[in-house]
Amino acid sequence: MDGRALGSLLYLDGVSVSFDGFKALNSLSLVIEPGEMRAIIGPNGAGKTTMMDVITGKTRPDDGVVVFNAETDLTQLDEAAIAELGIGRKFQKPTVFESHTVADNIALALKAPRSAFRALFHLLSGAEKDRIEEILTTIRLAGKRDMMAADLSHGQKQWLEIGMLLAQEPKLLLVDEPAAGMTDAETAATAELLRDIAREKSVVVVEHDMTFVRDLGVKVTVLHEGSVLAEGPLDVVSADHRVIEVYLGR
Amino acid sequence: MITRLLIERLDARAIIVVAVLLIVAAAVPALNLMLPADHPLHVPTYMVALFGKYLSFALLALSVDLVWGFAGILTLGHGAFFALGGYVMGMYLMRQIGARGVYANPTLPDFMVFLNWKELPWYWYGFDSFAFAAPMILLVPGLLALAFGWFAFRSRVTGVYLSIITQAMTFALMLAFFRNDMGFGGNNGLTDFKDILGFDIQVDTTRAALFAATAAMLAFWFLVATFLVNSKFGKVLVGVRDAESRTRFLGYRVENYKLFVWTLSAMMAGVAGALYVPQVGIINPGEFAPANSIETVIWVAVGGRGTLVGALIGAIAVNFGKTWFTGALPEFWLFALGGLFVVVTLFLPKGIVGTLGDLFRRRKRPVDDALEPQPAE
Repeated sequence: MDGRALGSLLYLDGVSVSFDGFKALNSLSLVIEPGEMRAIIGPNGAGKTTMMDVITGKTRPDDGVVVFNAETDLTQLDEAAIAELGIGRKFQKPTVFESHTVADNIALALKAPRSAFRALFHLLSGAEKDRIEEILTTIRLAGKRDMMAADLSHGQKQWLEIGMLLAQEPKLLLVDEPAAGMTDAETAATAELLRDIAREKSVVVVEHDMTFVRDLGVKVTVLHEGSVLAEGPLDVVSADHRVIEVYLGR
Repeated sequence: MITRLLIERLDARAIIVVAVLLIVAAAVPALNLMLPADHPLHVPTYMVALFGKYLSFALLALSVDLVWGFAGILTLGHGAFFALGGYVMGMYLMRQIGARGVYANPTLPDFMVFLNWKELPWYWYGFDSFAFAAPMILLVPGLLALAFGWFAFRSRVTGVYLSIITQAMTFALMLAFFRNDMGFGGNNGLTDFKDILGFDIQVDTTRAALFAATAAMLAFWFLVATFLVNSKFGKVLVGVRDAESRTRFLGYRVENYKLFVWTLSAMMAGVAGALYVPQVGIINPGEFAPANSIETVIWVAVGGRGTLVGALIGAIAVNFGKTWFTGALPEFWLFALGGLFVVVTLFLPKGIVGTLGDLFRRRKRPVDDALEPQPAE
């Protein structure tokens, strides 16, 4: 394995992906430390979602190295295997199981053997029920445990999905635009929730909303045309003239 | 542990359905056999056979509902598994005829003698024994489904594309079974059955027993299906139906879940076909016709996709309507069926059972709202 990945939680080096000649990722390199929270910003088409797809096994890169926990080559694994390793992903559009109750959504996400056979004979244990309650409290949905997920508001669905990620007990959370479509109050609450989570886990947040990124108060990576344009604290990055030119200035 | 497992999986609805089916399994044969023909409650034998046929269709509908209603796999080829189960039963029944066929050949069925075949093809071996044929009813459709599903689900074929290849599968089988040299009686299929398990297939008692067996088998598979959909497995399936990628990113191997339920469902359909054939007395390649599979999907849609009892109600109601219509207004049946599908899709998207369930819940809803204060957000 690549020696330079040592000590990192997630290590991307020279990752390229192209779709029909369009370079979605162009030699992208990125290192996430264990316990780190990172915000990723960039204009539309900068490759943010493709980067998530590569990390979670949905898209195979044409070229480059993707290493998790300094030991596992993610490019050889499928989505299910990567999820089991401890990488959770929240989609841009809230994606929950609409015809299940809020509690069942969490129950399905709980860390447990994923085999079909085990699922047939699975019984919810007391410990699992406690864990579900705990997560519902964290994501502020304890009063809605028996509601159908379809009946939740947009913001609540976003939280439910974050709760499902927590239930997976991942080491790394990839969160795609968690504040999209939220009210200001919900956005602030979401930032607080993510900061809470980041105390124990590494989090990568892709976001458009600058206020939200400022609320997070973490290191920022700016993507542009499939590679890293700038990296550092938000104030430094937003003062970079190239960043202003491609992104903030518009 | 096992009792808790069983109790948690069963719901009131399933217990009622199973109880009703078991009562029907006992009552209909009793009313047919024990009452004189002029008694007002007497069930004539043709009705026993007719309702027996409906119940085997109900089992087929249940199998389709399991994959379509719960896993979101819109199958337009389940008739193939039904027909294969039917052919397995037909082969057993053919071998039971023995020397009583028109050509009085002790081993070869009539159509093989007619085709000038000298010996039994290898794939007909063993079918003279029910102990061999019975597992084949599960194995033949099951293995086809396993092979088909392994390729289809692994390469992540979904949606319309999957529906089309299921349709192609049943169409290809129909063309194959039409050929005389396949060795399944070609165009005419298998018929002229005499005995089943040593009993004359024509007499009332055998027909009543077949009816009871069909109702009991439907009750058994209903329990299996209930157990499945109420388990975590069933919840994962619904997750796959509603948000397949979410399920994958949670770490579930979606293809394995689909393959399991698909294969199980094909076996159910095979059992349905095997119960159907002795009651109608014939199996021919027409059973593979794509239209049959599509009709099954309509039954499920009418009854209520994603509700197990809906599949049963839909299959029985639509077939009852079909019998009535084809008797009273034969030329309008297809229009009525097409119209029914349009009406259900437009006005009852959740089918009969789903819509009734919604009405019931809406009446209860105000109480729930009053109990739960809505936080201001």
